[in-house]
Amino acid sequence: MADTATRPRLATESLPVRIFLIGVTLIFLALFLGLPLASVFAEAFASGRGPYFEALKDPYTISAIKLTLLTAAVSVPLNVLFGLAAAWAIAKFDFWGKNLLLTLIDLPFAVSPVIAGMIFVLLLGKFSPLGGWLDAHQIKIIFAVPGIILATTFVTFPFVARELLPVMQAQGVEEEQAALVLGATGWQSFWRVTLPNIKWGLLYGVILCNARAMGEFGAVSVVSGKILGQTNTLPLQVEALNDDYNFVGAFAAASLLAMLGLVTLVIKSFVEWRTARNE
Amino acid sequence: MAVSLASQTRALSPRRILPGFGLSLGYTVFYLCLLVLIPLSTVFIKAATLSYTQFWAIISDPRTIAAFKLTFGASALAAIVNAFFGLLVAWTLTRYTFPGRRIIDGLVDLPFALPTAVAGICLSAVYADNGWIGRFLAPHHIHVAYTQTGVFVALVFIGLPFVVRTVQPVLQDLETDVEEAAASLGATRAQIFARVLLPTLFPAVLTGFTLAFARALGEYGSVIFISNNIPLQGEIVPKLIMDKLDQFDYAGATAIAVVMLLASFALLLLINLLQWWSRKRLGMG
Repeated sequence: MADTATRPRLATESLPVRIFLIGVTLIFLALFLGLPLASVFAEAFASGRGPYFEALKDPYTISAIKLTLLTAAVSVPLNVLFGLAAAWAIAKFDFWGKNLLLTLIDLPFAVSPVIAGMIFVLLLGKFSPLGGWLDAHQIKIIFAVPGIILATTFVTFPFVARELLPVMQAQGVEEEQAALVLGATGWQSFWRVTLPNIKWGLLYGVILCNARAMGEFGAVSVVSGKILGQTNTLPLQVEALNDDYNFVGAFAAASLLAMLGLVTLVIKSFVEWRTARNE
Repeated sequence: MAVSLASQTRALSPRRILPGFGLSLGYTVFYLCLLVLIPLSTVFIKAATLSYTQFWAIISDPRTIAAFKLTFGASALAAIVNAFFGLLVAWTLTRYTFPGRRIIDGLVDLPFALPTAVAGICLSAVYADNGWIGRFLAPHHIHVAYTQTGVFVALVFIGLPFVVRTVQPVLQDLETDVEEAAASLGATRAQIFARVLLPTLFPAVLTGFTLAFARALGEYGSVIFISNNIPLQGEIVPKLIMDKLDQFDYAGATAIAVVMLLASFALLLLINLLQWWSRKRLGMG
């Protein structure tokens, strides 16, 4: 990384200019990032610690936390499995239509969360042919937990594949070939050679995927039906409490999600630091 | 024997020695179709059942047009602000050292990691007329929360990391000798920035701008907390789609969604072209 200390005098700015630019940067980031983040905790503890923890004991909030954990526990492993398969196929083999496949994998990132939820309502809602059949067989997907999981899996679909791909591509095929030549089976070479090589990339993808899965709002909002205590995830519970003017409750729930975001950032920075050091 | 067999196969097809091609590609395509392509196609299938007049009536409705104007306008404005400040943030973070730089560098990704509902609720708290920032703006008759300005502020937050993260690697890889050469030939810092650095950074800034714009177009969670969501005033397109879905007006929601999807896909294509262009430029430069 280019460092100011080692930069030649001709290729940097005078001290007043530097101080001015750093000052503007810090003010901009404080207005748009720092103060909003700090306000979550300030508002959550606005009436002290007692009401904060009392708010978190709300049975609807607790059931929202459970549903959010359940959703991530299903969505993330599904996308890990897909990410491993996709990265393996794309990074290790050459085939026709590879670029098209890459673009299609990115597609969910380009779709608005509300539309992501809507497509499942169109496909499986009770006014669709498939939804009619499901309704007749008493299988509830839309406005129920399976719909929430489906929509969450859709919006988090590309995360793991996206992070694994460059790692697997950089790694090449020689090590696996060597393992196979030495007599390892395909699965052995995967578990003993491939997986240890991609573990940091995998962890990176998993935490990003998990943060989005637990925090998804728009897509889940469409398919959930928002039944308190049943189909309300934690982000939806923030909205419900906010709409009820229960601000301490809303910000207490939001503070849990903010902590999830901060923990994600810390792990992410750690993984980046690890991979930079290994290079 | 295994070695000779391996080298033989290698000569024929260098990448097919590894197992699992059929299984991994098959599963990838299957899962992609089941979860993404088939569900997404429902929008287009449903839209195809609408007649042209029906479609046009929904799209040209004043409420729809107002929502499109707000969404595209606020997204473009937010992306422009992010292009400018993103370049500045990337610049100070890579080129200068100051206390807390590493922490701030990590914090730039906050909008990626923070759930949008949290972003929305805290931005509306801070920018409300009695909030930490809003209380200094309200005496000047600047109201942010529950206005169109609020929509803009939320979209700046959401798009903030894109330009920073696309420009940063390019800045880091820049060699100082070009700048030194320009300086020794008598160019001022401002001239060097405008004539040497900016042309090199431009493709990355444009890519970041497009990414931020595309993200802002579809954003829902953070905006609905800080906007007043009133039709013809503070209603963004995703909120309008949501309203139509709540009223079981699937035809209306679909028609608007098709327009949004086509805009997103066009932007996705543009982003790919930009990245290709920027790689080519850097490869040459």
